[in-house]
Parts: sequence; C-alpha cells; structure tokens
Amino acid sequence: MLTRCFFFILDRPWGLPEWAHRALHYAPAAALAGVIAPEIVMTQGHLITTLHDARLYAAVVGGAYYFWRRGVLGTMLAGMAVYLPLHLGLGW
Amino acid sequence: MFLSPTLRRQPEFRAGMRDMASAALGIGAWGLMTGVAMVKSDMSVLEAVAMTLFVYAGSSQLAAIPLLAAGAPAWVILATGFCVNLRFVVFSLHLRPYLMHMPRWRRLLHGYLTADLSYALFTKQYTAPPTTPAEQLSQEAYLTGNYFVTWCAWMGMSLLGIALANFIPQTWGLGFAGVLSLVAIVCSMATTRLRVLAALIAGATAVAAYALPLKLNIVVAIGVAVLLCFWLEKQFGLDPDAEDDK
Repeated sequence: MLTRCFFFILDRPWGLPEWAHRALHYAPAAALAGVIAPEIVMTQGHLITTLHDARLYAAVVGGAYYFWRRGVLGTMLAGMAVYLPLHLGLGW
Repeated sequence: MFLSPTLRRQPEFRAGMRDMASAALGIGAWGLMTGVAMVKSDMSVLEAVAMTLFVYAGSSQLAAIPLLAAGAPAWVILATGFCVNLRFVVFSLHLRPYLMHMPRWRRLLHGYLTADLSYALFTKQYTAPPTTPAEQLSQEAYLTGNYFVTWCAWMGMSLLGIALANFIPQTWGLGFAGVLSLVAIVCSMATTRLRVLAALIAGATAVAAYALPLKLNIVVAIGVAVLLCFWLEKQFGLDPDAEDDK
C-alpha cells in the first residue's frame, strides 16, 4: 500500500536520492530470492543433503519453463507437474 | 473506483476490461493458489480472508506466508513486504504525471488498485499523460476497467482457494505452488546480469544465515545482495540503466 502510492502522497514534485534509485534495481529480486531459497533447499532449518527432493526438480523445471514460455501460471503448473508425482508417488 | 458510474459509462472502461480479460485466468489461478497456501500455512480461515481483502498484494502476501508461519515479528514481515513491493515505487513515479490532476484520496485509491499487469497494460496503451479533461477521463476509465477485472479475478479465486483448502490434504504439498509462482516472479525480475547476481547472492545468504532469529536472514540477504551489487557496479563501472536495455 505504502509502496504503491509512494509518489502519489505528496503534491509537490520531488525525487529520490541517488543511492535509493540504485537500490531499487536489486532489492525486489533479492528480497524474493531470499524468501524462496530456504523454502526450496532446507528442511526444518537444515540444508538438505539428498538429491531425492521433489522441490529441487520442481523449482528447476519451473524456472526453465519460465525462460522458455514466460507466464506465472505455466511455471506453477509445470513445476507442480514435476513435484506432485515425485512427492506423492516416490515420497521425496 | 469502479463504483463510479461516470467512469463506467466511458467506452474506455470496456476496452480496459477486454484487454485484461485474457490475463484474468492466470491471475485467478494464482489467487486460488495464494488462498490455498494461506490456509495451508496454519492461518485460520478468518485471518486468510482478512489478509486477502486488505492486503491485495500477491507476491508480498506469498512472501509473508512462510514468515507468518515461522512466527517472525511484524517489522520483519513488513520490511520484507516493502522490499518485495519496491517495484511499485518505480511504477508510482511513472504514473505520477498521469494522475496528479486528481485529488489525493483518488490518487491513493487508484495506486492501491493498480497491480503489475494493469500498470503494464495502461502504460502501453497511453504512452503520454493526459492533456485535456476528456483525455483525463478516458484514461482514468481505461485504468479502472483494467484493474476491475484483476481485482474480481484475484478476490474471487483467492476466496475460493481459502474455501477449498480444507478439502485438500496437507500431505499433497500444494503449498509449494506458492513457492513456484514466486520462482516465476523472481525470473521475471532478473532482467539484467547484476539482478540475476543479486538474486543468487540473496538466496545463498538467506540459506547461510538461516540460523539467525526472527527470520532476519531475509533482511540480511537483501542488504548483502544490494551492497555487493553496488560494489560490483563501482568496480567494473557498470551502469544499471544501460544494463536495463540489454
């Protein structure tokens, strides 16, 4: 809410300091990556030690799908199509 | 804003709705999964409904879910949400000349309801800010029609997801769909080499610093990634704006 309206709040024109402009280039991607990386490669606070984890393959396939076709929905479906058989079928 | 009949009567309102309709399915499916993910993270149905109705920000909502489940303090959740949503700061800077002729409450409402896709479609449709009152009205109508579709698709499907979540067993691991949609969003943000690097650094830092209390590993990850990228920019004389064009 605050971010969406950031520049609509004040009436008079104003700009951002230089460093903040530059931080905007990296912070959003960094924030999301910071949230999802532990969700993919960690279990209960520990780095997983096995490659038998459905999440790894699902994330890789999802990412590959995104760069192939674009689109959030397709990424989700492609990733889940890998995740569900591995997770439910093989118990990974 | 879509309650205003003057705006609804504009032909641009329908045009905006039409342009958005093709994307509505994707937004709806994403909303559905967000709804399911919220309930799967042990949020009560009431909390999940409240979050859907009031927050209305898909990516930061999804980012907040694991934090809420881990019991992170409010300021960490807010700081993460703020950083995830930083792109809207850029959007609002861009949209400012389009909306400055309106009173403040109206600007804030438009800003709140304009999500990524509406912003992209709106600025594609209108490359220059309005100059006459007629243009002002038609542009506002287009924007309103556009986010009206988004809002309905998102809200309807999120609530459906919350309703259906209890019929889907936890062991299916459907909550992972939320993580996968975040994977797609990160990929869409990683448009330059430095941004790819920032995402990789942040991911690695967040894993390495996982032992920190209060989910501070995410705040640390953002800080490390941004500072390292600043340093690399200086070191190699890279210009982030020029990188954007690649």
